[in-house]
Amino acid sequence: MTKEASPNTKSWRNIPLAFLIGGLICTLGQGLMEFYRSQGLPKDEASTWASVSLVFLSALLTGMKVYDNIAKFGGAGTLVPITGFANAVVSPAMEFKSEGFVLGLGAKMFIIAGPVIVYGITAAVVYGLILFFMGAF
Amino acid sequence: MATRKGNTLFLDTAPSVISYGAVGSKKESEGPLAAAFDRLWEDSTLGEETWEKAECRLQKEAIRIALEKGELSPKDLQVIFAGDLLNQCTSSTYGLRELGVPFIGLYGACSTMAESLALAALFIEGGFGERAAAITSSHFCSAERQFRFPLEYGGQRTPTSQWTVTGSGAAILGRKAAPPYVRAVTIGTITDMGITDANNMGAAMAPAAADTLRRFFKDSGMKPADFDLIATGDLGQVGSELLREVMEKEGCPLEGRQNDCGLMIYDRERQQVEAGGSGCGCSASVLCAYLLPALQRGEIMNLLFMATGALMSTTAVQQGESIPGIAHLVWLSKEPGMR
Amino acid sequence: MEMLLPYLKAFAVGGAFCALGQVFIDYTKLTPARILVAYVVAGVILGGLGIYQPIIDFAGAGATVPLSGFGALLAKGTREALGEKGLLGALTGGFTAAAAGIAAAIFFGLIAALLFRSGDKS
Repeated sequence: MTKEASPNTKSWRNIPLAFLIGGLICTLGQGLMEFYRSQGLPKDEASTWASVSLVFLSALLTGMKVYDNIAKFGGAGTLVPITGFANAVVSPAMEFKSEGFVLGLGAKMFIIAGPVIVYGITAAVVYGLILFFMGAF
Repeated sequence: MATRKGNTLFLDTAPSVISYGAVGSKKESEGPLAAAFDRLWEDSTLGEETWEKAECRLQKEAIRIALEKGELSPKDLQVIFAGDLLNQCTSSTYGLRELGVPFIGLYGACSTMAESLALAALFIEGGFGERAAAITSSHFCSAERQFRFPLEYGGQRTPTSQWTVTGSGAAILGRKAAPPYVRAVTIGTITDMGITDANNMGAAMAPAAADTLRRFFKDSGMKPADFDLIATGDLGQVGSELLREVMEKEGCPLEGRQNDCGLMIYDRERQQVEAGGSGCGCSASVLCAYLLPALQRGEIMNLLFMATGALMSTTAVQQGESIPGIAHLVWLSKEPGMR
Repeated sequence: MEMLLPYLKAFAVGGAFCALGQVFIDYTKLTPARILVAYVVAGVILGGLGIYQPIIDFAGAGATVPLSGFGALLAKGTREALGEKGLLGALTGGFTAAAAGIAAAIFFGLIAALLFRSGDKS
């Protein structure tokens, strides 16, 4: 009964919007990458610079209170790209500044994005161990 | 003294609401009840440094306005029952600490206004004092930061989620021979139907609301049609629908008498609040801005004010616990009780 | 048209990653934080299995910008570090590869927090 009364999410609208906005962020990333390559950077470095630039833009838009408004429409389109990761770091830093620079801003910065690093790094270490013991190196 | 029947206490010395005040902020000022508020701030910081301080200020202003309208001063109050959503009832304690009035802090989540109103009425009924105040508040931003995400975090709200009202309502009860009178009080019991989705609190609270209504109608021998309005607090769209369905199934249809404070305060379509408003500032401000004046003017003769609360903690929900609900009911009337 | 092709690919593939994320949000009980974790871990696994690199070669930023690309980067860094440092590389590789992104997020996050404060939602 609870299910019946609870309205469903508007997937017919959400999914295309996520595609569009996420796609646009990636296209911007591609543009940045091409730009850095045109400046003579090798492919890997250009890609890293593109990521850093996107993180910067996301931090700026989060600070200017714009990112959350894009996310209202973008959904996963603003969550999945690296800009979403940056937003998840920047927004608690701004929010918990009021509880101090160390225990507020500093301690709570990774309250949302922390798990991404914990499990990402863990997966990488496990992968490294597997490669090592399989004798790949 | 009050007479007990089942779970309901019928008050027969006719305690009345002698003054009240309601304050809100921007979103409330864009809603249908805007004109009824005593004061609305365009800027939801209210000029304070933190959101918690802003919420304290809401309580401070609501009680100040209620005192002023009743031509009273803090020392005319013998007790104040106050509550809010924040940990350790921050907004109430810090907001009211300068009043110098005997203070009881309450936590009943969004049901707190009915809880404090009921206790204030019983306090007067018992003859323990001349005047008692009931006040609660909530603030969208302080609630988001405590219960959900940082404000600038880009998340989507689910369609069943509710929007925490930035507002506060204060009511002062006493013995003035003028409406609105408190006629009866039903203290709710904790009801848990195993809902675990913290974004669907309306559904978690609906069974508690149905339970309290069932007890009240059984104890009083009355029926929904005896009331002009059954104002539930913060069930929102989803919970309201569930409540009506449950009551219908049990052979006690609410016959269009039910409306929800969370649906009255905002225009759900236009203001993008998903399932409606919530927070203990929601039912409090709707009561003090709209319902009490309507009773006083006689536009409403009999009102069941039933605020519902989702008594969850973020810790318990993260541990996989379900959300217990509660609903307290207060019968307010233009006519005094028995004697 | 040749010029636009990389952009189109980035748009289509990046958009598809995001649309899939939205499907998880709308049709499963997964919270956004869990979805992010899933993307990164999936990226490490796909990167480790050598499946992700062809997607990057095809779509460029369309595959590196989504968090799964971050995961693939972690796997790549670990593999390279293992080659250079042996077992120690299993510990240093991931962070080394991700260092720029994480440090940028921390640094810009701190600056943003110093300059701005959060506001009410409308």
